[in-house]
Amino acid sequence: MQFDPFVIPFNIGLYFILIYAVVRSVIWFNDLSRPDKLRLQRGFFGKTFGQSIKEIFLESLIHRKILKSNPRLGYMHMSLAFGWFLLILFGTIEADVFGAHHLNAPYKSIFFKFFNPEHGRAGFEAAYSFLMDLILAFILSGLLLAVIKRFSSKVVGMKKTTKLRVLDKVALTSLWLIFPSRLLAESFTSGAYGTGSFLTGSLGSVLASFLPAQEMAYPFWWLYSLSLGTFFILLPLTRYMHIPTELFLIFARNSGIKTGDQPGAFREIQIYSCSSCGICIDACQLNFSAGITNIQSAYLMKGIRNNENVSDIAFNCLMCGRCDQKCPVGIELTPLRMLSRRAGETVESEQTILKKYFPDRKSVLPARPAADPSYTFLKQYEPAKTDVIYFAGCMTHLTPAIKNSMVAILEASGVRYNFLDEMGGVCCGRPLMLAGQDREARELINHNSQLIWKSGAHTLVTSCPICYKVFKESYYLDVEVLHHSQFIKNMIEDGSLKLNFLRRKVTYHAPCELGRGSGVYDEPKDVLRYVARLQETGFEDKNSLCCGGSLGNIKISSRQKSMIAHDVAAELTKDNPDILATSCPLCKKTLAAATTTKVADISEIVADAIIKPAIKKKLTEPAGKVKMQADFQN
Amino acid sequence: MNKHVVVIGGGVAGMEAAGQLRKTGFEVSLFEKEEKPGGHLNKWYKLFPDRRPSSEVKEYLDNITSGEGIKIITGKTIEKIVQNKNQFHISDKEGSEYTADAVIVATGFDLFKSARKEEYGYGIYDNVITSADLEEMFRKGSITLVNGRTPETIGIVHCVGSRDEKMGNLYCSKLCCVTAVKQAIEIREHLPSAKVFCFYMDMRMGGAYYEELYREAQEEWGVNFIRGKVSEVSESINNRLVIKSEDTLAGKPLKMLVDMLVLMAGMEMSEEGLKLGDSSGLKRGDNRFFSPADHHFGSNKSNLKGIYYAGTCTMPMNITETISHARAAVMDVIEYLKES
Repeated sequence: MQFDPFVIPFNIGLYFILIYAVVRSVIWFNDLSRPDKLRLQRGFFGKTFGQSIKEIFLESLIHRKILKSNPRLGYMHMSLAFGWFLLILFGTIEADVFGAHHLNAPYKSIFFKFFNPEHGRAGFEAAYSFLMDLILAFILSGLLLAVIKRFSSKVVGMKKTTKLRVLDKVALTSLWLIFPSRLLAESFTSGAYGTGSFLTGSLGSVLASFLPAQEMAYPFWWLYSLSLGTFFILLPLTRYMHIPTELFLIFARNSGIKTGDQPGAFREIQIYSCSSCGICIDACQLNFSAGITNIQSAYLMKGIRNNENVSDIAFNCLMCGRCDQKCPVGIELTPLRMLSRRAGETVESEQTILKKYFPDRKSVLPARPAADPSYTFLKQYEPAKTDVIYFAGCMTHLTPAIKNSMVAILEASGVRYNFLDEMGGVCCGRPLMLAGQDREARELINHNSQLIWKSGAHTLVTSCPICYKVFKESYYLDVEVLHHSQFIKNMIEDGSLKLNFLRRKVTYHAPCELGRGSGVYDEPKDVLRYVARLQETGFEDKNSLCCGGSLGNIKISSRQKSMIAHDVAAELTKDNPDILATSCPLCKKTLAAATTTKVADISEIVADAIIKPAIKKKLTEPAGKVKMQADFQN
Repeated sequence: MNKHVVVIGGGVAGMEAAGQLRKTGFEVSLFEKEEKPGGHLNKWYKLFPDRRPSSEVKEYLDNITSGEGIKIITGKTIEKIVQNKNQFHISDKEGSEYTADAVIVATGFDLFKSARKEEYGYGIYDNVITSADLEEMFRKGSITLVNGRTPETIGIVHCVGSRDEKMGNLYCSKLCCVTAVKQAIEIREHLPSAKVFCFYMDMRMGGAYYEELYREAQEEWGVNFIRGKVSEVSESINNRLVIKSEDTLAGKPLKMLVDMLVLMAGMEMSEEGLKLGDSSGLKRGDNRFFSPADHHFGSNKSNLKGIYYAGTCTMPMNITETISHARAAVMDVIEYLKES
C-alpha cells in the first residue's frame, strides 16, 4: 500500500506552509536594510551559525527560559514543541528503517502506522513502538495542560492568559485535534491488528473489544490528516506563525540586527515571533497593581498583526522594560512600542485574505505629519569653562534635597565644576522622545549640546536617569556621561570623597531608566554598601519594579499610578529598612508619597556621610569662591 | 440611671458637643490626645473674617465644658470602638477600656504635611514656612527670617496639598484662601514696608464676609494676587528664595525672588481618625474623611447606629460650621438614646 486519498489534506497543508515560509523569508530578507542584509549573511554563514542552532534547540524546542521562570508552563510548551519534533524525527527514522523504501515522502512517516499496521509485533520493532508511544504520551500530557490552561490559567502558574480571535480558535482547535486523532487512529489500527505498544496497543485492544476497530480507524486517519492540513494552512493567519518566524528571528538577532528607530523587516519578524504566551502580562505592573489587562506587549503585537489602531495600547505603558527582560522569545518589546508611538494614530483597515497572508510592507507605519517645533525663545549664553558639568534636570529641581546633596558632594570632592542648570535649564528631551516626538526633542538636544561643548568639560554628571539615558544615547557629545551614582563611586575610589559609615539599614530601588534602560545596576549599590547596610529586596537588578511614576505613560490616572507606587513601596519596605534608597528623583518623589518609611536618593545618604573638614570654611563666603582662593594660593 | 456619652476629640467640635450634651442632662466624657483641650484653636492667632483673637472662642468653649457633668480626659488617644448590644466599649492606646451608651467622633483634621511637596522646599530651605508656623510667629509678635533679619518680600502659596491629584487630594480645603488673605493683611500690619504676593489657582471666598476681606486686602493693604501655581522653589546664592511660577492672566512664565515663602497647607483626615475609623469599621470616602450616612440630611450619622460625627473629621469646615455641626450631632444622640 503506497497511497491513500486521506493523506491529501496533509500534503496540501505541508507543501503550502513550506513554500509560504520560503516566500515570506525571501520577502523579509529583501526588506532588510543593506547593512542588515550583510549582517544576516555574515551571521548565517559565519561563527554565529552554531550559536543560533543551539539557541533554536534550547529556546524553540526545549523552551529553557520559560522552564526556568515557570516550570509547569515550560513543560507545556516543551512537550508540544520538543515532543512534536521528536515524533517527526523518530517517525522519519522509523519509516526509513522499517518502511518498504528508504527516503520516503513525508506523509509515509506521519501516517506510518496506517501503511504498516503489522509493524511492532516483537523484538526491536516493539521497542521502537514503545518509544513512539512514549513520545506521543509526552505530547498528550502537554496538550492536556494546554487545554486546562485555556479554561483555568492558574493551573500552569499563570494569573492571566491571552484572549483569542476566531481564526486563532479554529487553528487552536485543529492543533488540539492533531494528537488525540493520531492517538485514536493509531489505537484503532493497532487494535485491529493486535500491534502497538503501551499506549496505542492497550487503548487499541480495549476499543477493539467493543467497537469494529478496522472500520473505525479510517475516519480517524482522515481527521488526523485534516487537522494537520487545516493547521498548516491557517498558521500564517494566527499566532502560530511564531513557530517558523522565531527561527528567522534567532538568526537575525544573533547576526547583530537590532530594532532601531525605523520600522522595517526586523520589526515585522519580531511581531510575528510573539507566541502570545502571556508571560509579559504576568510581569506587567499595570496588570497586577492597577488592574489594566488589555495593553500588555502580547496585545500590542497581536493588534499590529491584525492591522488594528494600536495607539491606545502603545501609549498606555510605563516603558519600564520588565516585559523585555521576561520575554522568552527575546523580542525587543519596548523599542517596538516606541516605533508604534512614533507612528501615532494608525488607520484600521479591512484586510482581504490575500493581504492577511502577505501584509502590505510599504504602508506598515505611516510617518507622522511634520510639526513645526520652535524653541527660538531659548536664550543662548556662554557657560563658564570647567572640567565637570553638573546637569540636575527638571525632576531634580523638583526634589531640592537631591540637588543640595549633589552640590555638597561636588564641593567636598574638590573637582572644578559648573552647575549648568542651577537657575533653571532646558529639558534633556527624553519625555518628548518617549511621546514619540523626536523632531521636537532634537531641538532641545541641540540647545543643550551647544552649552556643553562651549563649557569645555570632559565629564557630564546627571542626577536623573532619564537625562542620563538621553545624554548617553541621543546626544553626540565628546564628554564622559556619568550618573551621579557612578560619579560618587569614582570619587570614593580615587579618595576624593571621604565618607563615614552610617549605621542604617537600607533597601535599594533600581530605577527603570538607570537599570534596565541603561544597564547601571552595580554602582548605586556599591555606593550604598560603602555608607550603609544594604538589604536584599527580592526585586534586584533586571527584576526591579517600576515606581509607577513613569513619564512614559500618558494614559493612566494619578490614582492608578499611586496604586502601583503603594504596591512597590510595600514590597521594598517589608523588612523594615530605615531608608528606602533610590537613584532617581522621579522614583523618590513617587515612592515618598506611597510609604511612611523615609525615602532618599543615594546622594542624600552620601551627603549625610561626608566627613566634615577639620577647618571650617567661612559660611558667609560662597563655597565655590573659597575653593578658587585655595587653588590660587597653590 | 443617667446615660453616658463619650466624645472622642477635644477640639472645637468635641468641646461644643460635650457642652451641649451636658445641658441636656447626659453624663459626658471628653477624650483629648494632647495635654489640654482646644485642638488647632490653641495654635491660631486671630480668626477670619473678623479677626477676633482665637482665645475668645477658646474661652467660650472652656466655659461650656467646665464644671460638673463633663469629665475631660487628656493625653489619651482612643484607638477602637466596639459595639456590644447597646453598649460601646472604647479602648485607648494604653489598653484602658471605657464604656458608653453613645459616641461622638470628633477627631478633626491634620494639616497637610508640606514636606511631602518637596519642590516647595519645606524642611530644606530655611525660610519656607507653613501657615501654622506663621500663626506661631504672629502669636510671638515677631516675623523674622532664620538669620534674624526682617523679610522684605513674602510669597504665599495657596492650595498646598489641596486640589492636588498627585498628592491624592482632589478636594478643596476651602479655608486656605481666606487664611492666606487674613495672614497677608496681618503681615502688612506687622511689617508695614513688606511686599506680599499670593499665588493662587482660584480665589474661593465662599463664606460670610470673606469676599469683603479679599477686597480689603487688595485695596487697603496692597497685597498682590497672582493667578498661577508655584512650580518649584530654589535658593539663590545670598539665601533668598527663587520661585518659579506662571502668571496665567498675563500668560507668561514668572520668576521671583522672595525672602520668605508661606505654604497654605490644606486639611487632611487626621491620622488618629484614620486609625480609629479603620479599627472600628467606620466608612470613609475617597477623600479619606469619614463618609456620613447621607450628605444632605444625615451628615452626622455614621454607618454604625449610636456613633455620630461632629466637625472636620467629615470634611473641611470653618469654626462656625464646626460648632453648628457639633450641635446637630447632639440632636442625633438625643434621638438615639430616647429610642434605646
